[in-house]
Amino acid sequence: MKKRRQPISQGSEWNFELVKKYNEEISRIASNYGLDTYPNQIEVISAQQMMDAYASVGMPIGYHHWSFGKQYVDVEKKYKRGHMGLAYEIVINSNPCISYLMEENTIAMQALVISHACFGHNSFFKNNYLFQTWTNADAIIDYLVFSKKYIARCEERYGIDEVEKILDACHALMNYGVDRYKHPPTLSIQEEEFRQQQRSEYLQTQVNELWRTIPKPSEENKEKTEVRIPEEPQENILYFIEKNAPLLETWQREIIRIVRKISQYFYPQKQTKIMNEGWACFWHYRIMNDLYDEGLVTDEFMIEFIQSHTSVIAQVPFDHPGYPGLNPYALGFGMWQDIRRICENPTEEDKFWFPEIVNRDWYKTIDFAMRNFKDESFIAQYLSPKMIRDLKLFSLLDDDKKSELEISAIHDEQGFQYIRQALSNQHNLSIIEPNIQVYSVDVRGNRSLTLRHIQYNHQPLNINTQEVLKHLYRLWGFDVALESVDADGNIVETSIFPTKD
Amino acid sequence: MATFIDRRSGKHKSTVNRRRFIRRYKEQLKEAVSNSIAKRSIIDTTSGEKVKIPEKDIREPIFGHGKGGRRESVFSGNKEFVQGDKISRPQSGQQGTGSQASNKGEGLDDFVFEITREEFLELFFEDLELPDLVKKELSQLKSYKRVHAGFVRHGNPSNINIVRSLRNAHGRRIAMAGPIKKKIKAAKQELQQANEESPTDAAKILALEEKLKRLSKRLGTLPFIDEIDLRYNLHLKEPELTTQAVMFCLMDVSGSMDEVKKDLAKRFFLLLYLFLNRNYEKIEVVFIRHHTTAKEVDEQEFFYSRETGGTVVSSALEMMRNIMHERYLATEWNIYAAQASDGDNWNADSPYCREILLKDIMPHLQYFAYIEILPRHHQSLWQAYLDITKTNKSFAMQHINNQTEIYPIFRELFKRHKV
Repeated sequence: MKKRRQPISQGSEWNFELVKKYNEEISRIASNYGLDTYPNQIEVISAQQMMDAYASVGMPIGYHHWSFGKQYVDVEKKYKRGHMGLAYEIVINSNPCISYLMEENTIAMQALVISHACFGHNSFFKNNYLFQTWTNADAIIDYLVFSKKYIARCEERYGIDEVEKILDACHALMNYGVDRYKHPPTLSIQEEEFRQQQRSEYLQTQVNELWRTIPKPSEENKEKTEVRIPEEPQENILYFIEKNAPLLETWQREIIRIVRKISQYFYPQKQTKIMNEGWACFWHYRIMNDLYDEGLVTDEFMIEFIQSHTSVIAQVPFDHPGYPGLNPYALGFGMWQDIRRICENPTEEDKFWFPEIVNRDWYKTIDFAMRNFKDESFIAQYLSPKMIRDLKLFSLLDDDKKSELEISAIHDEQGFQYIRQALSNQHNLSIIEPNIQVYSVDVRGNRSLTLRHIQYNHQPLNINTQEVLKHLYRLWGFDVALESVDADGNIVETSIFPTKD
Repeated sequence: MATFIDRRSGKHKSTVNRRRFIRRYKEQLKEAVSNSIAKRSIIDTTSGEKVKIPEKDIREPIFGHGKGGRRESVFSGNKEFVQGDKISRPQSGQQGTGSQASNKGEGLDDFVFEITREEFLELFFEDLELPDLVKKELSQLKSYKRVHAGFVRHGNPSNINIVRSLRNAHGRRIAMAGPIKKKIKAAKQELQQANEESPTDAAKILALEEKLKRLSKRLGTLPFIDEIDLRYNLHLKEPELTTQAVMFCLMDVSGSMDEVKKDLAKRFFLLLYLFLNRNYEKIEVVFIRHHTTAKEVDEQEFFYSRETGGTVVSSALEMMRNIMHERYLATEWNIYAAQASDGDNWNADSPYCREILLKDIMPHLQYFAYIEILPRHHQSLWQAYLDITKTNKSFAMQHINNQTEIYPIFRELFKRHKV
């Protein structure tokens, strides 16, 4: 039994002194476990500022756009009606790692947020391979500052309306502004500004090259047959437009680039929601319990914590009127806890399913998993039969060729593998988002741009498609088309803009 | 190792984005705002307004999957299903597509948006302003207010500040009496000493007693209050801009004004009230209704009570003149008037109306707006008023045929004059 010490504080009020003391203790416990984090920058903000942070989708500095205003109105409305408690944490993947504490929180909540965000999320940001590959925590704040300044300057020069049009169009295609295979360069703000100027000149020359109307010398023409643009289908639509759209001006290309960069920055977060939230919950749960075991916190503190923790990781059943889907906190927390259990107290079943981790060091095991997986692969690798049973998961097949829905698997022996795969697919970004790529450009003809949508399981696109094409048209400047292709390569549906009537 | 920053005093970052939002949906918001005007009472403008924008107008479209195809979703909380169970497809499709659908904006609900009173008025009166002439006068219009400006040594006896003066006197008395009291004390001691040591030396004792007497006398002559103690309150006159306005609503309630016409008039008055409200801190409204005689009434009675009779417009103007004279001096108030009538007036009365207006009313007024509602043909009153517009820039008149014209006409009357 550890020696019990005096509680750090009594009561629920907080002040900076106390928060610092808690932070020291939490930090000590975390580093004893071996958590590797960026330095923390902890900011205390008001509820209103928290709503601000919500509305700007977690960017601490953002350019101005009406959609953030709309978001704010929405958040504020929900908050005032009491539909939504403000999350007690927003944390930014940056170095130093910025976390927000809300001033309305009690001391227990502040300690919870510190362990959850400043140590849980922080260590995840620093070490998960997706974040390491796709985001640059050192440069993001500088980049956001740059982009905000740049867009403000554009607004001054070209007018708010013009800038808004480009931003609207970019936002519509934001999910398709992501590289999936290359490494982004890392730049500081000065470099970024310098490079931007160079780029603007260079870009314009490149575009001219592509659309050159003066005939080339005839020798070259003989050898070359039809040039195909793009040579390979291009998945990063915004990138393609930035580099190739014929009519855009330099500043417009730069704005496309900014949106694309920000989209890239959030790309890992979309794919690690379960892991990341689960990881943070796992650690706040551990750290709070350790604090309690050492006698550093009072009983009332602990009860408040447990109450909050329980509501965060609660999973309501599917037939509950307010069923929001699977709770990533519940699933993530459950899975991390479960991995530890499998390491320490495996059952026969676990030995069959997870021979490689039973009786291993639990910290090393979860550390490995945290570093090397994303939601999709994490579920495929670690979702245990016990978890499936605990959550009573079942999968439902909805095939529009059949008149009825079918329960394809439940939490029984035969269903485990199936459910695991189905749940993994459900978190696979390339399945959730339609697979749409730039397919061809009619370079010699009317310069029309054709996108291809490779259907997954015959799933059609939604009603917004035409609207998005309109935005694409605004960027491209010439006709745009979108072809949906089924598994056999047949075109099953085509949308075009502008429509031919 | 962790840095703590207190950002609570930081600025409100979303203000700009909120303005952007309003800017972008100005058309929709404006429409919602003008619709809401009709439902309001004339003085109820202290609150903001909830406005609705159709969700589809503010959707941010992205590519996503629609309904159809083959999809599999995992749910929690199985109770009685076993593998292979068949379930009939729910009509709305909410369960079937559940967690995979990412298009948040699919609901048909309107986006309800609460704008503040300022934003409300801003939207409503965009591009409108008080006529130039009025504005100029507005900035010149001053009244004076007495403000306390400290204490001075000289002044009118009625301004004496008793507390300060007595406090000064008290202090002075203490200061001046101090040395004398000290001397008295010393002299008393000396006398006592002399009495004890050499009670026979009568001359010395006498001299000391004499000295004591002199000192006591000096102490007694210290004035209780002296002129230098006096302090007077100082008041200064400070000019201040008048920020109050009064609005006269004149309406004809003779038999020819039916409910429809009154409703039109009400809307016009309401607009004017809102408009003034944006420019002045305090507004009073005077309702005067008239047929052959005029009467000052409250809002309820103004719009809803029924009376009939002939029409003598000058009765209302006379009443307005008298009320102005009694309660709203032009030096203190910005005076506006709006008159609504169907133009029916007793013919011989119209020249008299013109005369009252020109002589007694217009010189004191910021603006007079006359609207004629549903005129079949213009009558003598219109002609008489037309004369006034020739000489008076702050007199405006228009006629209104139906509800939809009110706002345009209002704008016409108050539109921003581009130079």
